[in-house]
Amino acid sequence: MTTGAAILWDCLVQDGVEVVFGIPGGAVVHLVDALPQYPIRFVLMRHEQAAAHAADGYARATGKDGVCMATSGPGATNLVTGIATAYMDSVPLVAITGQVPTPVIGTDAFQEMDITGGTLPITKHNYLVTEFSELARTVREAFRLARSGRPGPVLIDIAKDVQMRRAESTRPEDVDSPGHSVHRPVPEAALRRAAELLNRAQKPLILAGHGVVLTQAFAELRGLAERLEIPLATTLLGISAFPESHPLSLGMAGMHGTPQANRAIQACDVLLAVGTRFDDRLTGDPEAFAPRARIVHLDIDPAEIGKNVRVDVPLVGDAQKILSALLPLAEPARHPQWISEIEAWRGEFSWDEPLQDPDRVRPQYVIHELRRATGGEVLVVSDVGQNQMWEAQYFQHVRPGSLITSGGLGTMGFALPAAIGAQVGQPDQLVWVVAGDGGFQMTLQELATVVQERLPIKIAIINNSYLGLVRQWQELFFDRNYSATAIAGPDFAQLARAYGIQGLTVRSREEVRPAITAATKDPGPVLIDFVVEQEENVFPMVAPGRALSEMLLGDRSSCCSMGRAPAEGKQR
Amino acid sequence: MRHTLVATVEDKPGVLNRMVSLFRRRRYNIESLAVGHSERPGISRMTLVVEGDDRVIELMKNQLEKLVNVIGVVDVTGQPAVTRELTLIRVEAPLPRRQEISHLVELFRARVVDVDHDSFIVEVTGTEDKVNGLISLLDPFGIQELVRTGQVAMLRGAVPKAYKIAVFK
Repeated sequence: MTTGAAILWDCLVQDGVEVVFGIPGGAVVHLVDALPQYPIRFVLMRHEQAAAHAADGYARATGKDGVCMATSGPGATNLVTGIATAYMDSVPLVAITGQVPTPVIGTDAFQEMDITGGTLPITKHNYLVTEFSELARTVREAFRLARSGRPGPVLIDIAKDVQMRRAESTRPEDVDSPGHSVHRPVPEAALRRAAELLNRAQKPLILAGHGVVLTQAFAELRGLAERLEIPLATTLLGISAFPESHPLSLGMAGMHGTPQANRAIQACDVLLAVGTRFDDRLTGDPEAFAPRARIVHLDIDPAEIGKNVRVDVPLVGDAQKILSALLPLAEPARHPQWISEIEAWRGEFSWDEPLQDPDRVRPQYVIHELRRATGGEVLVVSDVGQNQMWEAQYFQHVRPGSLITSGGLGTMGFALPAAIGAQVGQPDQLVWVVAGDGGFQMTLQELATVVQERLPIKIAIINNSYLGLVRQWQELFFDRNYSATAIAGPDFAQLARAYGIQGLTVRSREEVRPAITAATKDPGPVLIDFVVEQEENVFPMVAPGRALSEMLLGDRSSCCSMGRAPAEGKQR
Repeated sequence: MRHTLVATVEDKPGVLNRMVSLFRRRRYNIESLAVGHSERPGISRMTLVVEGDDRVIELMKNQLEKLVNVIGVVDVTGQPAVTRELTLIRVEAPLPRRQEISHLVELFRARVVDVDHDSFIVEVTGTEDKVNGLISLLDPFGIQELVRTGQVAMLRGAVPKAYKIAVFK
């Protein structure tokens, strides 16, 4: 004899789950009642959105499935942003929600919400469990689905009476649903065509995306790049796929990418894209993307091939397996002319100017100092906006998987809760949050979780009292009409202290380094409020609808000044 | 260009909802949709007529096959196939014109399935062209109401490999 609640926890334990992030409520009170009997840590968050982000950060930091739990109604709706964030970035997440009892489903009962209907567009699949006999099989299937093929969030909505039900339960057989993705063999013919293209290329380029990080194909990617001497650019989520200190590294490409990465894309004759979906922040005008290149697209999801960009050789499968199979077909090569052509582009933009500014606290300098202090031996969790872009541009990641950020959905408030999840998953790892004052205010209630769970997270707030990236667009494209972007916030250091966290404020350049040193020495959590230059812009910038070659360089180009404003309606 | 796709799906609650939600958010242009049980218990077959070029159709097919409850999708456009739809037509049929209408109905191997004082209900099955043909010929008499099921389709010849469903382990 067992209960629905016991079956759920048994399944979780059997599946290797050690942590659940969530907030209890009436529709899951039976689950939390049974919990103390199980070796699973429940991390109590302060908002369910943060619970989903924490499960997401945990998954990205550990490679395991992240699990979050919420009650019915408002608990479930609060998960939605977090689930959508994980969906857009292909993160394996299992969200468990309680539901009102089966007899009242559909009657607008207290705290009833059709969460399976609501999460249809943002889950790989979801389940409403109304039969006790279906529960074990459903949980097992959900976990398998979350991490198979292209990972993604799965939601299980469990009716309260199923949780309470006491009955005999038999061990479910391992039934394989016919609709599940089948194991794909390595596509031999396409591999040969891809190898042929790469071997004959005069100006080859590799573009590495999140898929490399998800499948941990770091060694295979590096092996291929070095063997063929192919320069390598990354997407935002692909940043830690390849050490940025490597001579072949061109840095990030796209809207705020480096000149060398963007120009290399526009000039290359063969582009090998691995684990990226050619999102518009990367491509700029997709019609003008990589105009001279034959594109080899390696991705696990066949629905992404040819979706945004025309592809010459599709390679559908797991990045690590396919790169391994590709490597022996690659003939060692050198491309000295192409490399020196690219080197010339590196000098096009002055990265150093903000770092040398003696008078003002420039946000880029803060990132640079963080990098210097940590030597890159750190897991950075960034929020969204200018802070995220400066981190991506200036941090120089060398450790695989050392950057966690919300790319696809671009969710402000992601960083602090995701860092909580990452720190819980990697307790011995140094974790730094980089966030803007706007995004931080969206989930700062989780400072209480940091304290309750005793997490030694370091927090850097890039504080310019603006919704920075929106203000930048207003400056560049809306005639400096700063409508609804000036944002007030608290004294963050004092707020941190109110939560029981060491808080520091930095207002001058001289204070930056000592503050970071003090934070690193402190064994507990620390928050540093870096009050930075208010109207600083992120450059280079490819305006919406423009081609990657049309980068605005601000006033920091070595040759030209700011470009023209973008044409209307060009973006697809 | 119009394509006819046949999707084999698991008969689970909400599967139709999932497919239609997918069409809505990806803005696929669905002209008709017919679904019902197949020869296998627990498995249904859906015939869709969609508008789109080859690239859009390929994407649609891939997106559909990502759905957990969708087993496989086959594009039967341009392949030898049997396609049929059923249509009910309520046509004005005053006494003096009844014979004319009945004759047309007979020519199309359709049937009158209801007779009222001033109207008939005509039932016709056939290819889309045949149904369209009868409708346009009945139109001058006055069509009061029209209901179409949308096409169902089956490839001619042997059962394609894509239709074979994986055996449950």
